[in-house]
Amino acid sequence: MVMFWVCILAVSTLLYVLLDGFDLGVGILYGVTRDEARRRTMMGAVAPIWDGNETWLVVAGVVLFGAFPLVYSILMSALYLPVLLMLGGLILRGVAFEFREKSGRLRPVWDAGFAGGSLLAALTQGVMVGAMVEGLPVADGRYAGGELAWLGPFPVLCGIGLSVGYALLGACWLVNKCEGDVRDAAYRVVPRLSAALLAFLVVVFAYALAQDLPVMSRWIERPYLLVFPAIGAAAVLALAASVRRRRDATPFAMVVLVFAAAFGTLAVSFWPYMIPFAVTVEEAAAPHASLAFMFWGEGLFVFPLMLLYTAISLGVFRGKVSNDVPHH
Amino acid sequence: MDFTALLLSRLQFAFTVSFHIVFPSFTIGLAAWLTVLEALHLATGRPAYRLVFEFWLKIFGVAFGLGVVSGVVMGFQFGTNWSEFSRMSGPIQGVLLSYETFTAFALEASFFGVLLFGRRKVAPWFYLFSTAMVALGTTFSAFWIMVNNSWMQVPVGYVVENGVYAPTDWARIIFSPVVWVRFPHMLLASYLTCAFCVAATGAWYLLRGDFAAEARIMLRMGLYLAAVLVPVQIFFGHLTGDYVHDYQPAKFAAIEGRWHDEQPASEVLLAIPDPATESDRYAISVPVLGSLIGSLSLTSKEVGLASFPAEDRPPVLIPFFTFRIMVGCGLAMLALAWVGTYLGRKGRLERNRPLLWLIFLSFPLPFVAILTGWFTAEVGRQPWAVYGVLRTADAVTPFLTTRAAATSLTVYGAIYGFIFAFGVLYIHRLLRAGPAGGLVLPPAAAVPDRPMSVVDQPLPAGARYVPAGE
Repeated sequence: MVMFWVCILAVSTLLYVLLDGFDLGVGILYGVTRDEARRRTMMGAVAPIWDGNETWLVVAGVVLFGAFPLVYSILMSALYLPVLLMLGGLILRGVAFEFREKSGRLRPVWDAGFAGGSLLAALTQGVMVGAMVEGLPVADGRYAGGELAWLGPFPVLCGIGLSVGYALLGACWLVNKCEGDVRDAAYRVVPRLSAALLAFLVVVFAYALAQDLPVMSRWIERPYLLVFPAIGAAAVLALAASVRRRRDATPFAMVVLVFAAAFGTLAVSFWPYMIPFAVTVEEAAAPHASLAFMFWGEGLFVFPLMLLYTAISLGVFRGKVSNDVPHH
Repeated sequence: MDFTALLLSRLQFAFTVSFHIVFPSFTIGLAAWLTVLEALHLATGRPAYRLVFEFWLKIFGVAFGLGVVSGVVMGFQFGTNWSEFSRMSGPIQGVLLSYETFTAFALEASFFGVLLFGRRKVAPWFYLFSTAMVALGTTFSAFWIMVNNSWMQVPVGYVVENGVYAPTDWARIIFSPVVWVRFPHMLLASYLTCAFCVAATGAWYLLRGDFAAEARIMLRMGLYLAAVLVPVQIFFGHLTGDYVHDYQPAKFAAIEGRWHDEQPASEVLLAIPDPATESDRYAISVPVLGSLIGSLSLTSKEVGLASFPAEDRPPVLIPFFTFRIMVGCGLAMLALAWVGTYLGRKGRLERNRPLLWLIFLSFPLPFVAILTGWFTAEVGRQPWAVYGVLRTADAVTPFLTTRAAATSLTVYGAIYGFIFAFGVLYIHRLLRAGPAGGLVLPPAAAVPDRPMSVVDQPLPAGARYVPAGE
């Protein structure tokens, strides 16, 4: 039962990262695009689905609360300010979709809210992952650090890295969904973003070696972990090839693979810890009666239904977005 | 007053939840009413029903969207500000909250898409079915939230195990008698909110001389429904009082403004309770009525606040006054609904401008009643987060700094204020424009995941029209 809920949590979190990752990435790229027509097309490429994408954040959140309340209480309270900033960013960018079209003079405000909110959410999510990898001080089932313990060179580095990664995911989504101008511009940034992401990975690895982060010993203990970076590397090669040949659908799939490989690397490196080297899955799990009650209703019936629904709504929105029709 | 992290966290929770409740309390009732309208349209074939349906569906979209946006923060602040609470009660409350998310997502999100964009693609009976499913989804959401909150009011079906509340009997938690009094009370409140908003809108159009047929439907359906439901609501309010009397005597004493044990007890109608002297100033009270209300008896002894240790007493002023404001709103709604219904049956309602003005101005009443009712329930539960089990002061994140709490309260205040202002502005625009003379089809690119996208085009410029009664 505990394993079942670990899987559900992992699937929900990965889905969230992949789905909201690309629409946050489009938001970040939106910030560096000046042309109004391009901006509209970019927004149109994510407008119909961002809401459903973000639902997975709520799903992951409540599954964590119900099935692993210890981890939920430690992480949320330890990451008080980043969670606040992330939610603020998500709300601002979310309402920008709706309010931008209705506004006249205020449009620059909503544009800034959309781009800035997307970047803020990406940065804070990366910072939170980085802080967890570096290790949060936990004592006696409670967070034991200060209000800014999550802030440091490594988490900030991870924040920037995730933003670059999301932007890359977003660019590949635009390549996949758009035509003409917007697609060409996206094709141009993909190599640059890929290079930046690789550079980031090298720096992170060097930093982790230099600081002797506890996670490094895991790599020596578990050599099979190298499978994941190998998959990632293969995906990067395929990405480069598909960009050169202008295969519109492939780059996105390859970056998804890179993200999944990175997610797998992190998850397997830390297993069985949920908060690295402080709280294990077994310690964090709610009593059996709670997990079983969740299993028989939402786990067995509703969750598969939600996966199906997500697949259908992505399917309905297949194909290219046209440039001239306003996205609403 | 000391602005501690505890006080700021309480203020933040009160602010965000009060902001949030305004939208669901309206949309739960509206979804049910839309189902009735669609059924009437199918049964009678009258185009006016369909016009009214389409009109309120757009408003539903905006209100629903604002409810979703403001609700996301709720799910996270249990962990950020109330880490002890979420660590201990997560095995029960986290589970209930996850059911709320899952059922709401399954029913509301999927069928809501059909509602907005499937009118021409699905059979009429399936369209009606989808409307009913959205209504069922919002009702389920309310149900899980009420189960959750009722467990905090009267915790049952659990044992304390390794410092957390482990569920032992889910049936007792879900079918607790307290749930089945408070859930209908909330549901009826939502129906009444919808009824008064709809009736007020109808009255507004009649006063302006617009949309006569649609306005009559709104006014009459709203008032007639309220005329039936307000008495039922008062009955469930009484039952809710009974559970408070039996399970939360200190809260009951605070609501009653009763400082000392009395036998038989009088009922304080109005007063200014003074915690310093433990007495009521300027009290207007009725002898024996307190025993009658509390225990249905002429001789019962009713307990006073002084019988509880000071550290177990709730604040008095807030529950005392908010309860009376709630009851006052309820009585005003009863009077309006009955007078309006009487004149409606006599056929004199639409010409009675003073009454139309009163009905038009009455739309805040149900919202005020809901907010003050919740203040009574939640402030009256203090000093406990989980009644009798976990004190609010022990539930807060222990290491939370005043600075961090002040920052988050400020940020949420600013963001909520901002989007609330715009949301209300758009709802107002829609209401002012009124039901269009034709039916509005959603723009081609709009999709189910974005409820608010249906109102993106300003009417009548961008929307595609279909003649009424096609």
